[in-house]
Amino acid sequence: MNGAHDLGGQHGLSAINPEPEATEPVFHAEWERRVFALTLAAGMLGRWNIDEARYARERQHPVTYLSNSYYENWLAGLELLLQEKKLLETSANSGLQIPTPTAAAKLLAKGGPTLMQSAKPARFKVGDKVRVKRCYTNFHTRVPRYAQGAVGIIAATRGSHIFADEHSKQHRIAEHLYSVRFQEQALWNRSHDNVEVLIDLWQPYLDCGQ
Amino acid sequence: MTDDHDHSQPPSDLELRVKALESLLVEKGLVNPDTLNSIIDTYEHRVGPRNGAHIVAKAWSDPDFNTWLLADASAAVSSLGYIGRQGEHLQVVANTQDIHNLVVCTLCSCYPWPILGLPPVWYKSAPYRARAVSEPRAVLAEFGTLLPAHTKIQVWDSTAELRYLVLPQRPAGTEGWTELQLQQIVSRNAMIGVELVVATNTPATKSGPVSI
Repeated sequence: MNGAHDLGGQHGLSAINPEPEATEPVFHAEWERRVFALTLAAGMLGRWNIDEARYARERQHPVTYLSNSYYENWLAGLELLLQEKKLLETSANSGLQIPTPTAAAKLLAKGGPTLMQSAKPARFKVGDKVRVKRCYTNFHTRVPRYAQGAVGIIAATRGSHIFADEHSKQHRIAEHLYSVRFQEQALWNRSHDNVEVLIDLWQPYLDCGQ
Repeated sequence: MTDDHDHSQPPSDLELRVKALESLLVEKGLVNPDTLNSIIDTYEHRVGPRNGAHIVAKAWSDPDFNTWLLADASAAVSSLGYIGRQGEHLQVVANTQDIHNLVVCTLCSCYPWPILGLPPVWYKSAPYRARAVSEPRAVLAEFGTLLPAHTKIQVWDSTAELRYLVLPQRPAGTEGWTELQLQQIVSRNAMIGVELVVATNTPATKSGPVSI
């Protein structure tokens, strides 16, 4: 979706002001620790996946998204998911497995691998010229705005992975994934900075570049 | 909107909102309080960029590991025990004399948790996510990293589930150093690509290596 989260190339955001690495804490307040852990623990109930979680954060009002700190956006996403999945309604949670610390550690170690066989053929190979399709969906997608319409070259084929756009609707469909290399001219109409940007893009986002 | 990402003093209504949510989830039996504490402990104290530094120092010291790491990072890294959530599919990109790599996630905050821990605030901030792809040289300059104009910058926008680690160049003056000595000079920021490793760096982080 064309949300505030899709930040690549946006102007007016000024300096980064990084905290020094040696002194920056992992969490800056106790409530951040709790939001982080609640989000992971609630996610382990299996009622939503990572793409639904991203989509929940993206659907905030743009002003709210950009004004919030990082974990405030996580909190907003968690609250929305709990509401949409009706998890706070009594008896909606019967039969759910609540992970113990040991079970949670196993889930974290296992992670969520996305490699998955696709029956579809790979349309592109390394060196092929591709154009990123225009995309104007109100749903979750992982094709950034700044790359849409741009022509790039397939730099690497990454196998087929669970396709985020469909996964956010709870459909597990594999699509071929590519790292696509873009010259700065193609993205920013400029060529003096000696910069290339590589973006991981699923096959449905791409057309032949000719 | 640009400098409000610290939030070390959140408004009390935010703290109360989080407390209320946690109480509700515990009361309804949806989360186990011990599990919450163990998740926090894992990511605050056990997983961190020392894991990544171990990988980098080993790649600098062991040519076979280096080759393996660049060819199949997931396998090479899991041989050291660093596996888990947000590190399922790893790619390692090597800096050279001619190419400098930089990692960003413009759409959210994708980051290789098992080898670098949780990302710093600046990595998740709007200015970094906006500017890393459009003006990486200016971004690097803000971190004090000035690269020659002939060095090409490759920016990796992690838009899917691949997670990237930059393999910095081994600095001059470290000939004969042990792997353990080398680990001490590898900063987290160098493994994201915003800094170079220099032999005079001091250790930046404190967590010991573990797997998750």
